[in-house]
Amino acid sequence: MSETVLRLNDVTMQFGGVVAVNNLTMEVRRGEIVALIGPNGAGKTTAFNCVTGVYEPTNGEVWFGNTLIASNHPSGKMKKLYAGENAGKYEKVVKITPDRITKMGIARTFQNIRLFKTQTVFENVLIATHLRKTSNLFSATFRVNAREERRMREEALRLLDVVGLLSVRDEKATSLPYGKQRRLEIARALATGPSLLLLDEPAAGMNPQETDDLGRFIRRIKDEFRLTVFMIEHHMNLVMDISDRIYVIDFGKLIADGTPAEVQGNPEVIQAYLGVDEE
Amino acid sequence: MQKNFAPSAKKRPDRATWISAGIIFFIYVVVFALEQFIPPTTMLFTVLKKGATYALVAVSMNLLNGFTGLFSLGQAGFMLIGAYVYAIFSIPGEVRARVYQYFTPAINFTLPVIPAMILAGLVAALFAFLIGLPVLRLKSDYLAIATLGFAEIVRAIFQWKKLGPVTNGSNMLKDYPTFNDFNIVNAEGKVVLYLSTLLPFVIAGVCIGIIMLLINSTYGRSFKAIRDDEVAAEAMGVNLARHKQLAFAISSFFAGVGGAMLAMFTNTVQAKGFTSAMTYEILLIVVLGGIGSVSGSCISAFLFVACSEWWLRFLDQKQVIGTFEVPLLRNGFRLVVFSVIIMVVVLFYRQGMMGMRELPDLFRKKRGKEAAK
Ligand SMILES: Nc1ncnc2c1ncn2[C@@H]1O[C@H](COP(=O)(O)OP(=O)(O)OP(=O)(O)O)[C@@H](O)[C@H]1O
Ligand SMILES: [Mg+2]
Repeated sequence: MSETVLRLNDVTMQFGGVVAVNNLTMEVRRGEIVALIGPNGAGKTTAFNCVTGVYEPTNGEVWFGNTLIASNHPSGKMKKLYAGENAGKYEKVVKITPDRITKMGIARTFQNIRLFKTQTVFENVLIATHLRKTSNLFSATFRVNAREERRMREEALRLLDVVGLLSVRDEKATSLPYGKQRRLEIARALATGPSLLLLDEPAAGMNPQETDDLGRFIRRIKDEFRLTVFMIEHHMNLVMDISDRIYVIDFGKLIADGTPAEVQGNPEVIQAYLGVDEE
Repeated sequence: MQKNFAPSAKKRPDRATWISAGIIFFIYVVVFALEQFIPPTTMLFTVLKKGATYALVAVSMNLLNGFTGLFSLGQAGFMLIGAYVYAIFSIPGEVRARVYQYFTPAINFTLPVIPAMILAGLVAALFAFLIGLPVLRLKSDYLAIATLGFAEIVRAIFQWKKLGPVTNGSNMLKDYPTFNDFNIVNAEGKVVLYLSTLLPFVIAGVCIGIIMLLINSTYGRSFKAIRDDEVAAEAMGVNLARHKQLAFAISSFFAGVGGAMLAMFTNTVQAKGFTSAMTYEILLIVVLGGIGSVSGSCISAFLFVACSEWWLRFLDQKQVIGTFEVPLLRNGFRLVVFSVIIMVVVLFYRQGMMGMRELPDLFRKKRGKEAAK
């Protein structure tokens, strides 16, 4: 069995009285494509935000490889409000900002596309190469290290080629159709040089044909960039098609996990999720 | 499979860039020539000198407000610091005692002009850094309030008697090198080459050039990313706190240099002149020119200064045509007109003159048109 890339231990995220993620334990192993599914409002995006440092979990810990990237226990006014489990288990408090987590190798896309809207397609990708720069403010401003600037531009163009957006590189990012904007978000995430890629509903708003293409595309970049992919997705065909394993959550709680076949046959899942879908 | 993107990866200046460079060079030549032939007391030169100064300060404000999306209202405060630092460190030793007539000067050495200007910028940047430490971590609205307060506090502190040995208290600082000292004079004291207008153009030009380089560097791109979407920028590995600090300090550095230029322009410095009204003037310039456009800020700085010093001066004076006294025209009415302009712009022309475009963009075909062909 390959090594664990991402591990969540008893992660609980509570907003006031709302328990968005409830005692979630899960892991993603190197080279896998793992899906996180669940009905609307189940807490999937919140779980991503706990991993990427956008939110500080109320309780529990997150490991990226051998690094503890988040750890917390209920404190302050959360002590009284806390409705989850394992309150006393995690003593350490670790909080790392999203930019540092990205530098460690976790990149993400956003459910409600968050491109840099005044920038072109090319510039959107170019920005994401900034974190690997070696030049400082002075040498960057005065182009002392022109080779690096050139390398960044080449890299951005190469990634645009990979996602098939090279021909629209000078368009405004937001002028692209929805599907292409999602691909651009992926290109931008890849430009940060990740080993783990988190995709938040990459197929949202796509038609069946585009969704099919996306599935193949995700597999391809996974191999080409040696990635581990962890994705949230509502399109069941896509999820069943490309995932190695699936985690199902409902009301923040894990209700099932396993291979696509196992999850598909799980009565609880059908009841909570797939059942709702058919209505 | 591996393609080589080297040729297209390089950014080469196009025709529009060359045209713009030509225009700018032409302006410098014209400024130089005009100065040799037109009497130096003409209002035109006042406008050009102050315009160049305001252009730099407006661009520095734009770097923060327009390119990084941080709303600061401390420009007058940083200019004040710059003006004072420049004046204090560049007053020649022999006149120092005369300038500080009520105090014993605490600083007793004199820096050449350029180092004094750089020091002016550095001190302003240092203050910005210190304010930024607590404030930039808060939501961005607080920056506007904190910087506005800072500017007022600085203005009061610089007039404080206890600081007199350094700041000369509420008395003015004077007799430091000004723009006029750069005219080249022959043995009889007659000016043979006028440079007093070209000089502010050169200083502002160099500074704005550096700001442009910064904006187009990888750091500038991150500033724009922060402006467009903080969450996404952070997710792409941009350290928000650090980059906001940088943008704030750099913006203040150039505001400080702009303050030094203002000191050179006005010939005397007094803290009470650096009011928040000055910040609003600069804000007006930035908004009129286009938030996020360096060229817009420059063009609008000159237009604004020309209007306020020259073309719209009549608004502040009583005008009598025959026996008819034109209503409304009295001292302060000009400011009312400016306030109305800013409201109209904010309501109807939010893009300002240039929007986010730069000078070369004016010579490029619109992308939409090309697509339609
Ligand atoms: N910042 C926040 N403050 C308060 N409540 C929040 C916050 N973020 C999320 N929530 C709540 O947490 C719950 C889970 O939201 P989340 O966005 O994680 O769901 P999701 O599974 O991603 O849903 P969807 O499929 O619609 O994207 C929701 O009830 C939501 O209202
Ligand atoms: Mg979601």
